[in-house]
Amino acid sequence: MKTLKDCKKACKVKVIKLHASTDLKQRLISFGIMKESVIEVLEHSPAKSTIEVKVGKMRIALRAQEAQLIEVQKI
Amino acid sequence: MNQMQEKACPIIANHIKIALVGQPNVGKSMLINSVSNAHLHVGNFSGVTVDKTEVLFDYKNYHFTVVDLPGTYAFTDYTIEERVTHDYLCAESYDLIINVVDSTNLEKNLQLTSELMSMSKRVVIALNMSDEADKEGVVINAEYMSELLGIPCVKVSAVTKTGIEELLDAVVSVSEQETQESKLIFSEPVEEEISTIVDYLTKHKYKAVNSYRNVAINLLKNNKKTYAKLHDDPIWIELQPILIEASKHIELHHDSDDIKESFAEEYASFNRGIIAEVLKQEVIEEKKTLTEKIDKTLIHSIFGIPIFLFFMWSLFQLTFEIGSIPMDWIDAFFSWFGDTIGATIPNEDVRSLVVDGVIAGVGAVILFVPNIIILFIGIALLESTGYMSRVAFLLDGFFHKFGMHGQSFIPLVTGFGCSIPAYMSARILKNDRDRLLTLFIIGFMSCGARLPVYVLFAGAFFAPEMAGNILFAIYISGAMIGLVAAKVLKLTAFKGADEPFVMEMPKYRLPSAKLIWHTVLTKTMMYLKKAGTFIAAASMLIWFLSNYPHNLMIEEEYATKIEMALSKDAKTDLANEQAVAHLEQSYLGKIGKFSVPIFEPLGFDWKMSVALQTGLAAKEVVVSTLGVLYALGDNVNEEDNSLKTAISKNIPFASAVAFIVVIMIYLPCLAASIVFTREAGGIRYFFYLLAFTSIAAYSLAFIAYNVTLMLT
Ligand SMILES: Nc1nc2c(ncn2[C@@H]2O[C@H](COP(=O)(O)OP(=O)(O)OP(=O)(O)O)[C@@H](O)[C@H]2O)c(=O)[nH]1
Ligand SMILES: [Mg+2]
Repeated sequence: MKTLKDCKKACKVKVIKLHASTDLKQRLISFGIMKESVIEVLEHSPAKSTIEVKVGKMRIALRAQEAQLIEVQKI
Repeated sequence: MNQMQEKACPIIANHIKIALVGQPNVGKSMLINSVSNAHLHVGNFSGVTVDKTEVLFDYKNYHFTVVDLPGTYAFTDYTIEERVTHDYLCAESYDLIINVVDSTNLEKNLQLTSELMSMSKRVVIALNMSDEADKEGVVINAEYMSELLGIPCVKVSAVTKTGIEELLDAVVSVSEQETQESKLIFSEPVEEEISTIVDYLTKHKYKAVNSYRNVAINLLKNNKKTYAKLHDDPIWIELQPILIEASKHIELHHDSDDIKESFAEEYASFNRGIIAEVLKQEVIEEKKTLTEKIDKTLIHSIFGIPIFLFFMWSLFQLTFEIGSIPMDWIDAFFSWFGDTIGATIPNEDVRSLVVDGVIAGVGAVILFVPNIIILFIGIALLESTGYMSRVAFLLDGFFHKFGMHGQSFIPLVTGFGCSIPAYMSARILKNDRDRLLTLFIIGFMSCGARLPVYVLFAGAFFAPEMAGNILFAIYISGAMIGLVAAKVLKLTAFKGADEPFVMEMPKYRLPSAKLIWHTVLTKTMMYLKKAGTFIAAASMLIWFLSNYPHNLMIEEEYATKIEMALSKDAKTDLANEQAVAHLEQSYLGKIGKFSVPIFEPLGFDWKMSVALQTGLAAKEVVVSTLGVLYALGDNVNEEDNSLKTAISKNIPFASAVAFIVVIMIYLPCLAASIVFTREAGGIRYFFYLLAFTSIAAYSLAFIAYNVTLMLT
């Protein structure tokens, strides 16, 4: 399973499934991260612990642990 | 609900109460500021407003009450601030909702709108940031959108103040209409299930406040309240299997096992439909937006943190350098003012109370206003440009190692200004454990009121070129100690799993000078007001305690000694000696002497011990106490009686270091402690904080004192 965590900088992917718990899933969905949405990885923080992604027009910061719960597919 | 409004109408005929709802950082607070003359706190990050605030204003023949609510992404109770909004919308009475949306990011904002639409309330949509949308070439057909949604949509801009009147007119006309059934349409399977449930409810003539459609949607969405209500109804027995069947059907359709996710998808596809109809992107977007270009440098994985540290360092350099320019003038002004006022007061005791008590105490605090202003400007820039979230992003990995959450950075930075709003803003943290941990650490971020102490001591012991660096070092080491303390707490008191970190990064915005001006002005006025009231009163109290009781024996003894002295110098020395002897036997002197054994291992004399204790009331009082104590003991020496000189003369360096360490760590002021106790949710947390900070302050100061003694 490929997740958002494995994505390199500047790569664009499509979300397949969210494996997060209910609360976190709700939050991701309200940020626009849901099935079928397209995510672009913008930046890594030092040591790759946090990443910045772009969904639609919005930039979102999330930790590697959370990125790991987002199953994606390359497009 | 409707009945209640009908009853209430005649009494408050021209009164409209509006709840302002929207996602975070869409400009709700700013919109209120632009329709009224309120000065609500505005900042370019999510979670500026964390509590509800009411603002009143008049427009045409109407009295408006607008309630500014914390931003919320969706109707979940993810964080405390979101719970505030959700509870307000469900439980309080108001006439209508203004849903503020960000026109430049309509699709995301409509997620919340569609949830609002299923609440059967009157709604007006404010398409805010239309100035930015124009610049980005986003064109929205507001009329068509109003038609499609069945909700008036008005383009506004809180910055340029356009469309405000139209918005208020729309509000007035909507408030006079009946609530309309929303035009929200779901996919076929969902609509099918809704009508099954509606049919069932109609058949059984279920009594509901809202429409059956509404009840049905809420049931399908698993809404707790609706569930609880129906659960006690006899029809539940038959209804339940229908619901289970319906949920299965919908989940199957969405290929998901989570009904909430399915509904989110329903909303999203409805919104996509709306967007396709009403929104046109005229200018093709550039490949990289300005924000992305700036981010390339500012959150660079290697240079990001050094750049941040450089900004901080510059801020403290400026605080000291620029702040010390007007200092001499203020100092000169207060000694002139003291002399002038003093000359008009014949009674010696009253004169001393006014000059050595109030003027010396308040003057010592006002002296640092320039420094404080620069610090406030720095914080305001951090808040309003959008850099705040970037630093939270940069530091998250680092914070995480210490058991903190990246988002804790926001309350922590607020803490550099004042701890009270910082305690409040910890509400943006989802998890109670993280929030408590952050609450405990906020005190380690030295608040603006402690800045005077640092500036005073840095100026007294270091050359002006170094003092800025020292200031920076003090703040950074405070923060470091805070992080270590966080780790200790995380390993002991607040054990537990890590919470997710997901945060919106706003686009960079050039803050308007007016906004910065208002933010800084409000905070500075608060500081001045405190100096004029609280600090003045405290200075008087300290003057009394340090002047009484009068001891006639000492007075007589010195009177004869001074008479017998030969040279003028000897007379001055004796007068000084008398003042000191008098001070030492005063009430305050006795209190100080009493506590000296406790503070002796840290190298504090009784004046410092007293200053620390008075600092528990407010940190500014530390400086004003020192001001009063040294003004009284030293007032014979007229050549240079600035507090700075008095301190460098009377306090050994090692004691000064230990003193700074205690100031850095020990209990926040009274007002902040009260807010802390409220936000933490219990008096016992206050005692934990008291114990925790006292032990940490004492032991670190002890180490600092002895290490400095060894080194110097
Ligand atoms: N260009 C532009 N910027 C705006 C407008 N309205 C608000 N802003 C900016 O948007 C940012 C957020 O404004 P706030 O009023 O704090 O937003 P809020 O919705 O109250 O945010 P929370 O309290 O966090 O929910 C600030 O930087 C404002 O300067 C607008 O109409 N045009
Ligand atoms: Mg706000």
